[in-house]
Amino acid sequence: MNQAANAEAPARSAETIVVDDPNMNPIRVAAKDTSVYYGQKQALFDVSIDIPERSVTSFIGPSGCGKSTFLRCINRMNDTIDGCRVEGLITLDERNIYDPSLDVVELRARVGMVFQKPNPFPKSIYDNIAYGPRIHGLATNKSELDGVVESSLRKAGLWEEVKDRLDDPGTGLSGGQQQRLCIARAVAVSPEVILMDEPCSALDPIATAKVEELIDELKENYCIIIVTHSMQQAARVSQRTAFFHLGILVEVGPTEHIFTNPKDERTHDYITGRFG
Amino acid sequence: MTDHIVSSFDDELKDLAVKITRMGGYAEKSLIDATYALHRNDADLAMRTINADEQIDQLEHEIEEQAILMIAKRQPMAADLREIMAAIKLSADLERIGDLAKNIAKRAVAIQSQAGDKKVVLGIEYMSRIASEQLKDVLDAFIQRDVHKAMRVWKRDSEIDAMYTSIFRELLTYMMEDTRNITYSTHLLFAAKNIERIGDHATNIAETIYFLCEGEQLREDRPKQDASSFTPADYEPEAG
Repeated sequence: MNQAANAEAPARSAETIVVDDPNMNPIRVAAKDTSVYYGQKQALFDVSIDIPERSVTSFIGPSGCGKSTFLRCINRMNDTIDGCRVEGLITLDERNIYDPSLDVVELRARVGMVFQKPNPFPKSIYDNIAYGPRIHGLATNKSELDGVVESSLRKAGLWEEVKDRLDDPGTGLSGGQQQRLCIARAVAVSPEVILMDEPCSALDPIATAKVEELIDELKENYCIIIVTHSMQQAARVSQRTAFFHLGILVEVGPTEHIFTNPKDERTHDYITGRFG
Repeated sequence: MTDHIVSSFDDELKDLAVKITRMGGYAEKSLIDATYALHRNDADLAMRTINADEQIDQLEHEIEEQAILMIAKRQPMAADLREIMAAIKLSADLERIGDLAKNIAKRAVAIQSQAGDKKVVLGIEYMSRIASEQLKDVLDAFIQRDVHKAMRVWKRDSEIDAMYTSIFRELLTYMMEDTRNITYSTHLLFAAKNIERIGDHATNIAETIYFLCEGEQLREDRPKQDASSFTPADYEPEAG
């Protein structure tokens, strides 16, 4: 096991290939030489990447390549894992998110997250959305809260489907609706960044299409980062794509470039289904 | 390049390339036969060439269907996607080359009873030889994925253009000398034009090979020497 890891060491020191995009929006999230360790084991090696606002960036790569690990660094979800250590610098609007003076709860309101499996709270549809704004004090009275709930559900394209049954449990919705409910819940606290960890892998193609349509609309206002195993999905929804392999960021660039003419052999082999 | 995890994908890609190569072989043969038939007044060969076009068309359909199925089934990316797109484009160019060669063969049948100036036919035959060399080289470049070879074909096309312009002028002169030459000369003019078009398709193929190998479109402008389109209506052949 250790021998195999050593044999691959030279490849890990290789620099990330960055393909510039003159039309890229201003940077919202930036990482510099970020490494992540789970105990003794290093899971991520010196990842540096700029992620623009108001656009979708997708992370692709084989299982265990570190893409979800890196995603979870961006809202410090890794803090909750024992023995997990993050080195390097990650900034949100040029502020170090690992700065000890930074309030993690506030960070997670600014950086929302949607998971692979829809995980609505065992509460009503209304309360699923209202929970965040309530604890963050984003609404002062009931009518304001009603407004936030409605606008969040509208942004998630769910309002028309649930407006007459806001008191029904969120868990009673279909899988696709639950996932859009979770997106509405993330949107309700007015985040700047939305992280999505394989948001469609548990959904059927119709529900997937609806979530993708939603991602496309949300990118007008948010910085969205999506981890996906579906390369077609990455190609469809994202403007930039980053390819991770064995804990290193191999290549990042405009999505059309990654999928039509990748520069790195590993990227090429992965996206064309040649990985042994 | 390493093989795909799904080995049947590799088989399909290979099969596609084999079909393109076979189609290219047929197109090349059609051009050579049609020109030979024109040169030697061989109506039989001309008829065979006309009939042979069907197999080129058939292959084009097969390639197109197979390519569409592969896109639907495999969702190809990067080099695989370019390979399939190249197959579609190449088969369209080769199908046109087949049609143009067939048209030359038809003209060979049409003019076989007419005696004409052999000098012009020789010029056309020479032009055709260059065009079939170009076609052969560009098909080799496809098989070998040799972008430099493809680019040499691409640059050489101006030679065919220049020859076409000279044949065009020669035929105009010939028609002016005696109006009875017009039918015969017009057929030859179209035959020459067809060969010039075949040369253009060979350069299209070269451009596709560039895209296939390099992953980006060729942006340069090709040197052109076909001046016939700019010949004024009051054209007077030079004395002598």
